[in-house]
Amino acid sequence: MEDVAIKVENLFASYRKNTVLSDVNLAVESGSLTGIVGPNGAGKSTLLKSMLNLHPSLTGSVAFFGQPFKKMKKKIGYVPQRGSVDWDFPTDALDVVTMGLYGHIGWLKRPSRFHKEKAYQALEKMGMKDYAKRQISQLSGGQQQRVFLARALVQDAELYFMDEPLAGVDAATEHAIMTTLKELKTLGKTVMVVHHDLQTVAEYFDHVLLLNQTVIEHGPTNQTFTKDNISRTYGGNMRWMREEDHDVVPSIKQ
Amino acid sequence: MWSHLLSSNTQWVLASTMVLGIAAGTVGCLAYWKRQSLMSDALAHAALPGVVIAFLLLGEKNLFVLITGASISALIGAYFIEWVRSSTRITEDTAMGMVLSIFYGLGIMLLTIANRTAGGNQSGLDSFIFGQAASMVQSDVLTMFILALLVIFIVGVGFKEWKIYLFDPSFAKGAGLSIKGMNGLYTAILVTTIVIGIQAVGVILIAALLIIPPVSALYWTHAFRWMVCLSAIFGGLAGVLGTAISALGSGWPTGPFIVIVGSCLFILSLIFGKERGLLITFLQFKRQKQLIDNNKDLSHYRTKGVK
Ligand SMILES: Nc1ncnc2c1ncn2[C@@H]1O[C@H](COP(=O)(O)OP(=O)(O)O)[C@@H](O)[C@H]1O
Ligand SMILES: [Mg+2]
Repeated sequence: MEDVAIKVENLFASYRKNTVLSDVNLAVESGSLTGIVGPNGAGKSTLLKSMLNLHPSLTGSVAFFGQPFKKMKKKIGYVPQRGSVDWDFPTDALDVVTMGLYGHIGWLKRPSRFHKEKAYQALEKMGMKDYAKRQISQLSGGQQQRVFLARALVQDAELYFMDEPLAGVDAATEHAIMTTLKELKTLGKTVMVVHHDLQTVAEYFDHVLLLNQTVIEHGPTNQTFTKDNISRTYGGNMRWMREEDHDVVPSIKQ
Repeated sequence: MWSHLLSSNTQWVLASTMVLGIAAGTVGCLAYWKRQSLMSDALAHAALPGVVIAFLLLGEKNLFVLITGASISALIGAYFIEWVRSSTRITEDTAMGMVLSIFYGLGIMLLTIANRTAGGNQSGLDSFIFGQAASMVQSDVLTMFILALLVIFIVGVGFKEWKIYLFDPSFAKGAGLSIKGMNGLYTAILVTTIVIGIQAVGVILIAALLIIPPVSALYWTHAFRWMVCLSAIFGGLAGVLGTAISALGSGWPTGPFIVIVGSCLFILSLIFGKERGLLITFLQFKRQKQLIDNNKDLSHYRTKGVK
């Protein structure tokens, strides 16, 4: 049995009167790259936020390497949905990436040249070094996403949670981001990514978590990401998946 | 007339309204990026009943006691807005409108009563409506000066914390910053800035000192650090110049002059601002157009599709 990096038991969460997550139980293998898949409003973002104490859970427990969130928060990197911040805020790309180092710098202290250099390197890794001093409102959606990813990279975390990092980005950015995620996996980090494109799930992720209010199925992609499970997650309405032309998920054809 | 400006009491008053303007310009930037500019207006109006009640209880005008009363009633207003927002279906701006008018109405009513009681007329409580910097005595000036410096210090020392708190609070929380703590501190310095300013600027206009400098600063810079610095400078200038002008006439209220100076700075920024100013936008547009116009004649040869 492999190490368990994340263990969630009996988690419930709601917004006002709507229960959004009910009885979520999962154990995520250490060093895995997991895609979280489910229809709009399935509670994928809420699951990430509840695990990271950003949204109050009604009940349930979440442990990271057997520890509560409070003890592990320095080891956790979170890339929120791009729309969750105000990109008009007056700052540049380098500055946003430097925010990823605030935990290391310490509160009330100023970032040193060393920290700026580290942030710069992370930007360079994401192919963004020419944009370091660019106002963030003047970056394209894909570039903003790269900045967010660079900010998570400098955190040097063990666990990463990313909410739709590939939403609305061009092919080059998608490739850059996926290369980075696979690199993180090679380094032994555990990564969970909310993903919306069913066509690429099998190619990108070694594990998949099918979610709709609760965990429908969770496990290695080749066993879990079956037509049957997908249709259970999406409520059987899959006509939009171009089934007639060719199989959506060739690797799992049985 | 000018000799009056040079008297040492006036100089102290000028210095203190300048520091007040700097504090308001600084805190105003936080309020702007919390998208709560209007909140400061609601809280300023909500402070009025507290001022009058504190006066009625104490029977004399002591700025420290009055601003304590003002703070309490502004905080009740803030709490009420938050409560309405989170537990009813009324939206936040409606809640702010309600608090603003209800508390202000209550304040004016109490003020009428206070003015009827003995000594009330001489209390100078009316100056809390439009502001009367000249009515401040030395201890008032000192109270205002010290609290304004404290507010500036709190923003300055935790500058990077404020920045991440405003830009991405959920990320800040993940990095270990207490968002609840920051919210509390933010409300505390916002209310402090408002209540120390109400004697000099008045409850009706103090919010302008928090709103106008930050938007003016945005016409000059794209960096948060410079936005705060410029906003502080604009606020400080508005404070000191407005007070100086109002001191030229006897019994002129201070608030309106401070706001007018602030508005002039805003109009200058709007026109000449180097980032988004009207002039620079126009010139840039014209230059781009010229570049394209120079090339226009050739476009015929490059047209694809139907010739
Ligand atoms: N701030 C909010 N207030 C009220 N309801 C919300 C809020 N955020 C999300 N919800 C609701 O919770 C459900 C799950 O949302 P979310 O976790 O964002 O789904 P997903 O990320 O899977 O698309 C949706 O039905 C959504 O309408
Ligand atoms: Mg989502």
